[in-house]
Amino acid sequence: MTTASPIISLNQVSKSFGKSGAASAYVAVDRLDLAVGKGQLLALLGKTGCGKSTIFNMIAGLTEPTSGNVTVDGRNPFKEFDSFRGKIAIVFQGDRLLPWRTAVQNVELGLEMLDVPAAKRRETALRWLGTLGLRGHEDDYPHALSGGMRQRVSIARAFATDADILLCDEPFSALDEMTGRTLRAEFVRLVRETHKTAVFITHSINEALEIGDRIVVLKRPANIAIDLPLTASTPAAEKEAIRHQIQSALAA
Amino acid sequence: MTMPEAAPSTTPGWSAGFGRRGLTYVLPFAVLAVLWQVASQFFPPFLFPSLVDVFKRCFDILTHWSQLSDVLATVGRILAGLAGAFIVGVVLAVVMVRSRAVHDFLSPILTLFQGIPALSWVVFAIIWFHGIEPRIFFIMVMTTLPAFTFQVLGALQAMSRDLMEMVMSFRPTRAKLFRVMIIPAILPDILTAWRVNLGNASRVVVVAELVGATGGVGYELLQQQQMFDMAGALAWTLQLVFFVLIAQAVLSFIEGIAFRYRATSERSL
Repeated sequence: MTTASPIISLNQVSKSFGKSGAASAYVAVDRLDLAVGKGQLLALLGKTGCGKSTIFNMIAGLTEPTSGNVTVDGRNPFKEFDSFRGKIAIVFQGDRLLPWRTAVQNVELGLEMLDVPAAKRRETALRWLGTLGLRGHEDDYPHALSGGMRQRVSIARAFATDADILLCDEPFSALDEMTGRTLRAEFVRLVRETHKTAVFITHSINEALEIGDRIVVLKRPANIAIDLPLTASTPAAEKEAIRHQIQSALAA
Repeated sequence: MTMPEAAPSTTPGWSAGFGRRGLTYVLPFAVLAVLWQVASQFFPPFLFPSLVDVFKRCFDILTHWSQLSDVLATVGRILAGLAGAFIVGVVLAVVMVRSRAVHDFLSPILTLFQGIPALSWVVFAIIWFHGIEPRIFFIMVMTTLPAFTFQVLGALQAMSRDLMEMVMSFRPTRAKLFRVMIIPAILPDILTAWRVNLGNASRVVVVAELVGATGGVGYELLQQQQMFDMAGALAWTLQLVFFVLIAQAVLSFIEGIAFRYRATSERSL
């Protein structure tokens, strides 16, 4: 599937680990072409170990592709790493909160990197904690918060910088079903309200169907198996058909 | 049926807990002091002097500037040596963690330094340097440098990769990366390194002063030995012990503030 004005673009991207060309080299991503349009919420679905996180790290600029080009907003996120300060925010699988910082200080982290004045920083962080239902827990250290609360703090940390692009690496997979569902709904609402482009990695078909307005199913090594558009108005029967299509692709 | 009224809580309060901890801390010293005092009744003063005499000498040291300045000189030497070793150790550790080649080159050299006895460094210092202070500074730095370097290196290597990746995703400048991530992450190990090296340094400084200095606790200990003055030797030794206790208390105070974020378990090891 092609996108009119992609903000994220992967062109014939491969990534292998170990000595290139050697028998022991592990190919995680194999000549992947993927374009994500501005404002799109893409669910990237695949089995464990299919290279989802490697794609994520390449888009984030944390890893360089072995071959091919990754561009975000027309630039190389690995080579022009610093120029993306405040442009890409990440919600990780674990909350990854700094244990020596309180909830509000953790949310302020990204804003500190952007040299936002202290008062404005605090105001923004408190507002996001409030939005995510953490009023009253601003000064708690991470060890005093539950798993769900910690993940809310990490979502607040990502949204606080008001980055155009959100990358999410299975952020709700470690939470119980109820908490995960609530946070997922809140997350989708916030992404829509703030008009962000989001790439959401998951291995759950239900989660992909709940979140994405486009689902890309990956085979192993990472390459597109199927690419499916989805809308909020997609009828339930059609969603069921899509579910079966995804299941078949994953089983292949 | 009415429920009986709850009995008033008999849980020991904060002051009781504090008193018990204080007693636990003081008891071993009290037992040791009593045993020494008993021994002083049966042995001549040059073997076991009365503790009253020892404390009188301590009081003299602390109230006479000519003697107190010797204590302060030793404390200054310890702190200067530790600060020097710490700064060099941090620089070496950062360079080692950034470059595998530097790590492989420096690691065996530092291990070699660790195997050299303090007394050998004293001899080298006397041969290589003229002034007393440079000699002592050199000895202090060389004897504590490997430990500082390896402890900071270990702390840097043990930093959470996940947290580092998270902070890096915000694209910090190098200075901000150090401030928000690296320094808080390695601070516990740095304070432990200071605790360990403080004890080592206070022992080494005496050896250094015994040989080369014309002042300081080590020099005074040598004087007491030549006069067979056990009360004086103990009093001067106690000055170093007091210093180590005060310094450890300061470090504990810093830890209490810096690590208040840590969770405490009701069960301990």
